[in-house]
Parts: sequence; C-alpha cells; structure tokens
Amino acid sequence: MSGHPTQGTPLLRIQDLCVSYPTPDGLKEVVRGVDLSVSRGERVALVGESGSGKSVTARSVLRLDSEARTSGRVLIDGQDVLEMNSKEVRRVRGARAGLVFQDPLASLNPVKTVGWQITQPLRIRGMGRREARRRAVDLLGRLGVADPARRFDDYPHQFSGGMRQRVVIAIAVIAEPQVLIADEPTTALDVQVQAQVLELLGELAQEKDMAVLLITHDLGIVAGFAQRVAVMRDGKLVEEGDVDRVYASPRHPYTRALLDAVPRIGDQPGRRLGTAAATADPVSVSPEGEEL
Amino acid sequence: MNTAEETPLLEARNLVKTFSGRSGTRAVNDVSFTVRRGEALGLVGESGSGKSTTARCVAGLLHPDSGQVLIAGQDVTRARGRALRATRRRIQMVFQDPYSSLNPRMTVADLVGEGMYVHGIEPDRVRRRDRTVELLETVGMGSEHLDRYPRSFSGGQRQRIAIARALAVGPDLLICDEPVASLDVSVQAQVLNLFGDLREKLGLSLLFIAHDLAVVHHLCGRVAVMNSGRVVEQGDREQVYTSPRHPYTRALLDAVPVPDPAAERARAAGRGAVHTQNHHEEKR
Ligand SMILES: Nc1ncnc2c1ncn2[C@@H]1O[C@H](COP(=O)(O)OP(=O)(O)O)[C@@H](O)[C@H]1O
Ligand SMILES: Nc1ncnc2c1ncn2[C@@H]1O[C@H](COP(=O)(O)OP(=O)(O)O)[C@@H](O)[C@H]1O
Ligand SMILES: [Mg+2]
Ligand SMILES: [Mg+2]
Repeated sequence: MSGHPTQGTPLLRIQDLCVSYPTPDGLKEVVRGVDLSVSRGERVALVGESGSGKSVTARSVLRLDSEARTSGRVLIDGQDVLEMNSKEVRRVRGARAGLVFQDPLASLNPVKTVGWQITQPLRIRGMGRREARRRAVDLLGRLGVADPARRFDDYPHQFSGGMRQRVVIAIAVIAEPQVLIADEPTTALDVQVQAQVLELLGELAQEKDMAVLLITHDLGIVAGFAQRVAVMRDGKLVEEGDVDRVYASPRHPYTRALLDAVPRIGDQPGRRLGTAAATADPVSVSPEGEEL
Repeated sequence: MNTAEETPLLEARNLVKTFSGRSGTRAVNDVSFTVRRGEALGLVGESGSGKSTTARCVAGLLHPDSGQVLIAGQDVTRARGRALRATRRRIQMVFQDPYSSLNPRMTVADLVGEGMYVHGIEPDRVRRRDRTVELLETVGMGSEHLDRYPRSFSGGQRQRIAIARALAVGPDLLICDEPVASLDVSVQAQVLNLFGDLREKLGLSLLFIAHDLAVVHHLCGRVAVMNSGRVVEQGDREQVYTSPRHPYTRALLDAVPVPDPAAERARAAGRGAVHTQNHHEEKR
C-alpha cells in the first residue's frame, strides 16, 4: 500500500505498526500491520468504525499507552519514536507532534488556568512568561475566543465545550509542531461548532505547513478535511488513497459498504441503506450474559 | 383521506417547561406541532435546544408547566386513571442509549413481554412468549435470544430489543430520542432500515429526534427545527431542506459535513466569504 505519490518526504511515517495489549487470555493484537505516512502540508484522515484501532494507532505514535506492546516503526522526521527513551519521547510530544483528543475536559487540567496550560509547551522550552502569554493570547484570539486576554486567566470549567476544544487545539499547536494528530476532535461538538473547529484546524495546518493526521468515524468530515484517506477495519488498513478517488470509486468492498451505509441529504429519502459493513451484529457471549 | 378536519394522532399545543435551577431556563418555550397518522416528524436542533424535554413532556415522563398534549384529540395533560393509561399506551418511547435504557437484570423475554403484561394485553404466559417471538422477528432477531440478558448484545441489537419492547403494547406512535446517535454508521443503517420497514408494515407514526440532519432527511417527511426552546421553523422535508426560511435552519444545514469531497470544496469556498463575519462571534 506504499508507493502512492506524496508531496516530498513524509514527516510522519508509520511502518508495519502492530500493537497488542496483555489480557487475561494472553496478548490481544488490535493493530495489525499498519503502513501510513503524512507529508509536510498534507492532511490525511484515518476513518473506521468503533473498535477498528484508530485511537490505538494514534496513541502509539506518541507512545501514550505504557501497557501497549508495539512493533514496527513510527518515524517522525526520520527518527523512530518506538526506539526513543522516555525523555526523548517527551521532547517529541508538543514540540514536534501535537495531539488533540475527543474529550477536551479529559485533556485539560481542571485546577490550572487555560492560560497556564497553553503556555506550558513554550515555557518548558524556556520561553519567558510575558512572551509566552502574548503568543497564547494571540492564538486564542485567532481561534475565535472573544476577549482572549481576559479569558486567559479562566479555568476550563468556565468554557463551553466548543471553546474548551479550542483551548486544547491551542495547547497542541502553540509550539508549532510539524505533525498534528487529532483523534475525533469534534465528535462531542454540535455541527456548527464542529464546522468552525475543523476550519480553524485546517487554516492553522496550512499556515504552519503541518502534517495532519485526522482520526474520525465520520465520512462527511473526511470529505471536507482530508486530501488522502485510509480506511481501517479490524486493526488493518483495507484501502488508502486520494479522497476523490476513494469516494468516487472505492476499491475495497468494505469502503464501498461504508459509503453506502451513510444517509445523505439529497439522496432519495427512505432508500435502502447498505448494511454490508456491519459485522454480522454478533452476540458476544453465553446466554447468561457474563461479561466479556 | 387527509381532510383538514382529520384529528392528528398527536398534537402538542404551546408546551412550556421551565427547570428550576441556577438560571431557571425555559427548556421548552411555547412549542406546538402535530403528527398525523402514518407520518414521521423529525425534531432537530443543537444540544440543549429542548428536544428531549419536549419528547419527555409528550411522552408523559415530565409534566409541562403549561400547554397541552393531545393524543387522538384527547388531552392527556388533564386525563387521569384508566383512560389515561389506555391513551398513553398509544405512544411509546425509544431512547438514545441502548446500554442504560434496558434493565440489565431482565431477560429479553421479560423486557419485551413486560408491557403486554402490565397493560393486560396478553395475560397468558405462553401466548405472551409467542407474541414476544413474533416481535423479535419483526425487529430482525431470532427466538434464540429470548433468555439472554441485555449485556450480551451489541449496541445495535439492544436498540432492536428496545424497539421490540416499545412495539409490544401496540403503539400508534414511537417517540425516538436520538435512537441511532451512539451507533456506528453501518449499524445505524440497519436500524434506520428497520424504522422504514416498521412504518411500511405497521403504519407506525414517528416523532424522531436527531441532531444528524441527514438521518432526519432520510426518515422524516416533516421536520421541526428547535433553537433555545422554541420551534423556529417547521415544514415539509423538501421545503425545510431546500428552501429553509429561518436563518438558524440555514446555518445548521450549512454546517452539515457532506460525504462528497467535491461538494465540500465548493461549499468551503462559498463559506469562506460568509464565514469570516461570524467566526469570531461564538459566545462562551
Ligand atoms: N488499553 C487497552 N487495553 C486493551 N485493549 C485495548 C486498549 N485500548 C484499546 N483496546 C482495544 O483495541 C481495539 C481498538 O480500539 P480503539 O483504537 O480505541 O478503536 P477506535 O477505532 O474506536 O478508536 C478495541 O477492541 C479496544 O477494545
Ligand atoms: N432535569 C433537568 N433539570 C434541569 N435542567 C434540565 C433538565 N433537563 C434538561 N435541562 C435543561 O433544559 C435545556 C434543554 O435540554 P434538553 O431538552 O435535554 O435538550 P436537547 O435534548 O435538545 O439536547 C438544557 O438547557 C438543559 O440543560
Ligand atoms: Mg477512538
Ligand atoms: Mg437530548
């Protein structure tokens, strides 16, 4: 699946990534040989249904799961993250790769002001307090936060969901990382706020020439945001390509089935939706319903 | 058939519901709509706009501060006792979260059969079980599931069980509050197809709440748009989707991501111009 045309050398290159977790029944492999790369200035989407392994892939790139057993290579600007010691990994996070997760509350510290949190990536790198503050206020303003100088000293709970997600984005991009990974960054938001947040992400990425990996289950978001898409199922990529090509003529039956399952405004109302992508809707366990 | 005088199956008249609390918000503010027999009305709007509160008032799970709910012309906000129960039975509810809306200690047979027992529809145990098997078939599940517990099912299957449970008492109308919101798109497709079948086979009416405008377009012939507790626009699907009258409806429609790269590019280009004006205005 490699060998697609890219713009220059990939900034992020995932090669034959496998991830397993220890379970009572032994190791369970949930990511099984993923190859994916994102070049400077490129926006790639990783799409798939829940449990397909998207988040595990994202977290592996920055080694956020200590219990994960990982093999393969994750190269950021040529350096293998999987080979680094923990100090080196910490230096990569924030500086060279920024992360945005779905739930902004979970990624923010409730007892620190948003300003403190946004300036941390700069302060850690030795920038002075005033300059860091100036940049953070600037960025918040750019991200559509009204009266950013005053909001700088507020706490996360004083922000709405959409505003919190902007704060998370600010933290992720303030140090101008080359690679941005956003895992379902708008799934918890209303459509209007979602549209704004995605547009802001797109603008920032373009301005800073970042490589963006956007993870989502929403085929509409992929179409609006990404140039290239990889479709994930059951720990593997089943198809990858230019969005126009994949949407117009999907090669893999699973991709076709996913696209056929989505209702669209403008389609014949009530048309029979495709259900082939559903995994036989399995009954998972014994009649007594013991937990898995 | 559709004479102007036909009594609607459901009519909500000027519903108001205020929650006491720090702000004392009017969650539902003068909401009126009707659902005719066989019709599907979609209720859309962003989170907090009052959709669920409206649904709960209509279903009798909440008492509105003022306004009326009429079922086949009977005012159920005033009715009491047996008459009320008989009328209420005609409306059943399906909730978003198939994980918390089913009692984990009841088997599928009990969950689906409960309403038939409580309402005295099928007091005989064996016949009730037969009817339960039929209902499971209607929602696309086999009888081998009768003695299983909810936790052994996937999200999509739980939603089918919840639908079978609602259908068991022979309702004319289902109120569905985001019934597919937590399902994967492929499972959502299965459940939406099921709703389509049920409408066709049973002539079932729907009050269908969803934040996904494409889902509502797919299923509902009429649409009401809520914003801050009010219905700002309602009308036929075609009208609302192709020539929305209210700016809020237009803004919502404009924000829906479309699974079509070319259409998205065209729209982004169009939005660029309009957007710069609004983009810094979102409140906290
Ligand atoms: N920390 C973990 N330990 C064990 N299994 C995990 C862990 N995190 C994720 N998984 C499993 O890995 C699979 C993929 O999960 P995930 O990457 O979160 O899927 P998604 O595509 O929805 O983001 C799932 O089956 C999930 O249960
Ligand atoms: N039980 C409750 N107590 C207090 N406020 C509530 C309650 N239920 C809903 N609300 C408030 O009423 C408004 C409408 O909520 P809801 O009907 O749930 O909206 P929607 O379903 O459209 O998301 C919101 O501001 C919400 O916070
Ligand atoms: Mg995930
Ligand atoms: Mg709701």
